[in-house]
Amino acid sequence: MESLRRAWLWFDDRTGLGSALGPSIKHPVPPNSASWFYVFGSATLFAFMLQVATGVTLAFMYVPSAGEAYQSLQYITDQTTFGRIVRGMHNWGASAMILLIGVHMVRVYLTAAYKFPREMHWISGVVLWALTVIMAFSGQVIRWDQTAVWSTIVASEQAGRIPLIGTWVAQFLIGGETIGGATLSRMFAYHVFIVPALLFLFIGLHLYLVIKNGISEFPKAGKPVDPKTYREEYENLVKKKGIPFWPDAAWRDMVFGFIVITTILLIALIIGPPALGPPPNPSNIDALPVPDWYFVFYFAFLALMPPQMETYLMVFGPLLVGALLFFLPFISNKGERSPLRRPWAVAIVALTIASISGLWAIGITSPWSPHFDAKPLTTQIIGAESGPIYRGGEYFNEKGCLYCHTISGHGGERGPNLTYIGDRLSTDEITWRIMNGGLNMPGFGGTLSNEELADLVVFLKSRTRENQELSSE
Amino acid sequence: MSEKTKTSEECSRRAFFTHISYTLGGLAAVMVGIPIVGSILAPIVNKPKPIWRPVGEVKNFTIGDTVIVSFIDSSPLPWAGVTSETAAWLRRSGEQEFICFSVNCAHLGCPVRWVAGARLFMCPCHGGVYYEDGSVAAGPPPRGLYNYPVRINNGQVEILTSPIPITTV
Repeated sequence: MESLRRAWLWFDDRTGLGSALGPSIKHPVPPNSASWFYVFGSATLFAFMLQVATGVTLAFMYVPSAGEAYQSLQYITDQTTFGRIVRGMHNWGASAMILLIGVHMVRVYLTAAYKFPREMHWISGVVLWALTVIMAFSGQVIRWDQTAVWSTIVASEQAGRIPLIGTWVAQFLIGGETIGGATLSRMFAYHVFIVPALLFLFIGLHLYLVIKNGISEFPKAGKPVDPKTYREEYENLVKKKGIPFWPDAAWRDMVFGFIVITTILLIALIIGPPALGPPPNPSNIDALPVPDWYFVFYFAFLALMPPQMETYLMVFGPLLVGALLFFLPFISNKGERSPLRRPWAVAIVALTIASISGLWAIGITSPWSPHFDAKPLTTQIIGAESGPIYRGGEYFNEKGCLYCHTISGHGGERGPNLTYIGDRLSTDEITWRIMNGGLNMPGFGGTLSNEELADLVVFLKSRTRENQELSSE
Repeated sequence: MSEKTKTSEECSRRAFFTHISYTLGGLAAVMVGIPIVGSILAPIVNKPKPIWRPVGEVKNFTIGDTVIVSFIDSSPLPWAGVTSETAAWLRRSGEQEFICFSVNCAHLGCPVRWVAGARLFMCPCHGGVYYEDGSVAAGPPPRGLYNYPVRINNGQVEILTSPIPITTV
């Protein structure tokens, strides 16, 4: 023990690390900031450290080559010792980071910790959030399967909508004019070199600022921030009532961080990494590139926004959200901090959470997609084994109607449910709609023969409540 | 007096060295920056030559049928493996006529599928639908499907490779 102590004394004498870092670790913080509300930032940091460790480990085994990455992923998942767990932790750790950053941001916004003198804390945090989103997306792409390839195309197409420079940005993303040898190498470089370097830089700044300006005290209603007097008041508070960050405040961070890390490990052990899709083959069109869960709400947004506005929403929507977040501390950097006196802040958070969860819930079922795997109508549902109603039902299966319309529980959700269409529309109305289409329905006038059309209409006209009840008896 | 001169001399020396440092630093950054930024941006500037790729003999295609064909893209790097392949929808519309559509939906590039019964192309991602001539039938796509140039050469159907069509504003 004595020799260890002497070794440390020698090391500390030559480096000065103890005296340089000691005061930072033990610096006094406001007593009411030692709270369970304040653990999400450090938990994000712990999750990030896990991402670095597991990411470097994966880099030992991963081959960033468009032709071979898929095989190396299979090798990592199925053959290496612990590889499956490491990949699992890296995947779920990414989810944890997105989730924890979200909670941390909401906490900081609700307690208005971004106000004077902590404007730069918020701004560096917004940059960190954006970098994390880029990491999440590029990580999804270098999980180089079929979904990755098609997600890259979808992302490039979105970039293509940027006015004037869209095509260049798109081709920069995919590394040329086609998906291929250059695409994965570039995504790999973003994911493991460029963005992590920026992350380290901004995490350093973020933490340095926390030391420099101190952890914000938990807000009290009726005690607004006044830039003229705030610093002095804060210093007095910390001097008189402050408690050392380590260990009095930090133990909660350690407890929550431990829970986060353990949870990620357990999920990795039990569920494991996401299954690899089919190999990354741009000529395989049997693909439905749905992104990882944290982007599903945006996927829904892209489907649901009005087509006339989508180019603007697609490009300027995210820009506007980013700019609003970035400039938030300049919109208001003094005044009330307590959420009890900031009803608008609470309303904005509630509205944001509600819209994201709403879009997310819709995104999971994606009712706007044709359901190519819909089960065809059975003769029992059709209600006839021959004749025009039977033929019409078969046409309904065959002509793709089923992919978008549901009848008696079979089919897609893009168009209206037609189970009781016979009660709602007359024969003429049904004919007119099939022929001309409208809104989101293609017109079938050019592709149906008169006989086919007639049978389809008879079939649809037979979809009445009365008939269904008869057939179910 | 002499002391004052000395100070101003020192200041100008200092200013000179400051300028030298900034200039040399900037110059070094620009010199190494050109090849670095240049090589990163190269794929945007270098346009691969479109190449005619054979996809099968004319006699193997049935008139009226729309089928998926795959071929090697215009810029296959040696290590691209299976990712150098690309696909297109090809229809033999007459004895000697072919028409070829991009598989990429004009909305956000997802792969559209040909639904033969309905004679429609349908996109699984956001519900884009196209008529058999490639024009928009329903959903969000702002324009119809892109076409590839296609020709017959020595009894072979050939498709001119093209970039992934990027829908711009």
